[in-house]
Amino acid sequence: MDMKTNPPMLNWPDRADGFAVPYAVFSDPALHAREQARIFGGETWSFVGLEAEVPAPGDFKATAIGAHPVILVRDREGQLRVLENRCAHRGALVCREPRGRVTRLSCVYHQWNYDLTGRLLGVPFRQGANGKGGMPAAFDPACHGLRALRVTALHGLVFATFSDTVEPLADYLGSMVVDSIARICNRELRLLGDQQQYMHGNWKLYAENTRDPYHASLLHLFHNTFGLYRSTQTGACVMDGAHRHTMLYTKANTSNADTDREVYRDVRSYDSSFKLADPSLLAGRAEFTDGITLVILSVFPNLVLQQIANTLAVRQIVTHGPEAFELVWTHFGYADDDAEMQRIRLVQSNLIGPAGLISMEDGEAVEIVQRAVRESQAHASYIAMGGGHAEDADHLVTEGAIIGFWEHYRAVMAL
Amino acid sequence: MHARSPFEQSHDIAQLLARYAHCIDDDRLEEWPDFFTDACDYRVVTRDNVDRGLPLAAIACHSRGMLQDRVVSLRHANVYEKHRYRHLVSNVLIDSAGETLRVRSSFAVYRTRTNGASDVFLVGMYDDEIVAAEGGWKFRRRTVICDTSRVDTLLVTPL
Repeated sequence: MDMKTNPPMLNWPDRADGFAVPYAVFSDPALHAREQARIFGGETWSFVGLEAEVPAPGDFKATAIGAHPVILVRDREGQLRVLENRCAHRGALVCREPRGRVTRLSCVYHQWNYDLTGRLLGVPFRQGANGKGGMPAAFDPACHGLRALRVTALHGLVFATFSDTVEPLADYLGSMVVDSIARICNRELRLLGDQQQYMHGNWKLYAENTRDPYHASLLHLFHNTFGLYRSTQTGACVMDGAHRHTMLYTKANTSNADTDREVYRDVRSYDSSFKLADPSLLAGRAEFTDGITLVILSVFPNLVLQQIANTLAVRQIVTHGPEAFELVWTHFGYADDDAEMQRIRLVQSNLIGPAGLISMEDGEAVEIVQRAVRESQAHASYIAMGGGHAEDADHLVTEGAIIGFWEHYRAVMAL
Repeated sequence: MHARSPFEQSHDIAQLLARYAHCIDDDRLEEWPDFFTDACDYRVVTRDNVDRGLPLAAIACHSRGMLQDRVVSLRHANVYEKHRYRHLVSNVLIDSAGETLRVRSSFAVYRTRTNGASDVFLVGMYDDEIVAAEGGWKFRRRTVICDTSRVDTLLVTPL
């Protein structure tokens, strides 16, 4: 990988009145290759799945860190392993199914067999056949296992890294992220289901999107209309010390209808008189004593953990080249949810995901930017809402965390 | 509705499935909830989740009001690229269980976007419970089971 090569030519403009991102970062193939090495393959921890997805020994899930195919598997002793999904022989995918339960990992091409820790067990025809062929005498199976990544699970979320040197997960995440994960994942989780959403845009447009409280009440009008999220609510947008990660949160029912009408005077189709024919869509339960009704926790580089009303989900970013990525949503509740609680979560899941009444627009937002900036390599965006600096905000009319993301990105990428 | 012979019944159901598809493809979404009984169950799920025993639905409506709300939201709140669907529905299989017809059919939905290109958007099957009601046959349950689990960009218009 090109860790040591020079960074691609990129003119990153400095401006005193805010921040600018050169549009080339959203389509340049050289930058994309560098991201795969320095970010997804480098000094970061990536989310790979929930422990609940692999509850028993032998359970595996094939996934990816950026574009690198990996296997999350629970070994015979119950320990979580993350292995490169690439045969040590000639590079074939070892797990070809998205998930399943196995006793060992076997490449179909030449039947090289590995145990669930990635150790190479056997090679067919190692001694040849009829006294001919076979592997060289010096062949040592111990040197040809599946590469094992460092793995750490935190409150049921599993992270892995290719790096031997990155700090331990808890230090990488910082207390803000650790506390936020602990708050949502406070007891055993129960899977409700997956959704896959393929977006024709660069993954960093989504990283911006989930660090951007400014757009939430302007693009997502369903949100706005029903008072689930208004920029006038009590809320905040805060980062960890390194500005890698962002937590955006709000409390519903903290805004005032009269002030809102004034603040949203110029906003298209703001209409607080809109009523649901069947309000059971929004019926829920207060689950958290802190009054926080919405959390979007963006964890660099590939995870969003969310609570929107009673919906809980992780969204994993999987890159597909510089101009596409997939968002894998895994919705969950708690193992001790009663039938009514589970019903509430499933009804509220109408709000999120690729068909979500709140969230569907993010796919559109990513793509309309990608389509417009693809051929605009010489131009740059302008980001200044909230003051134009990478700062925390105790309000929702800010783009400070987006700037924090980009400053961190530049540091990791050495750009 | 007078008692229908099996031939009339299968004609009725074919017409119902076709009328439903044309309603959506013609963008007459305001009429879409009228295909359902008041208390109903409309869900869009994936084969993948069903096979894993997971209950999540991309769209889950348990009343005609919820169907109406989705249409109102699509018309007035949601932001998305204009597009058009074309449903192809076939392999209709009708099993009756008392007053309720269990009807299964295959579908492919093509989506045409503003750039003029059409793609196969989703394929799968409808698993329906259809009952005779005031004004003709209605869906009491329509479960849209998608073989396609990876949604391209977003799923706006109902299936």
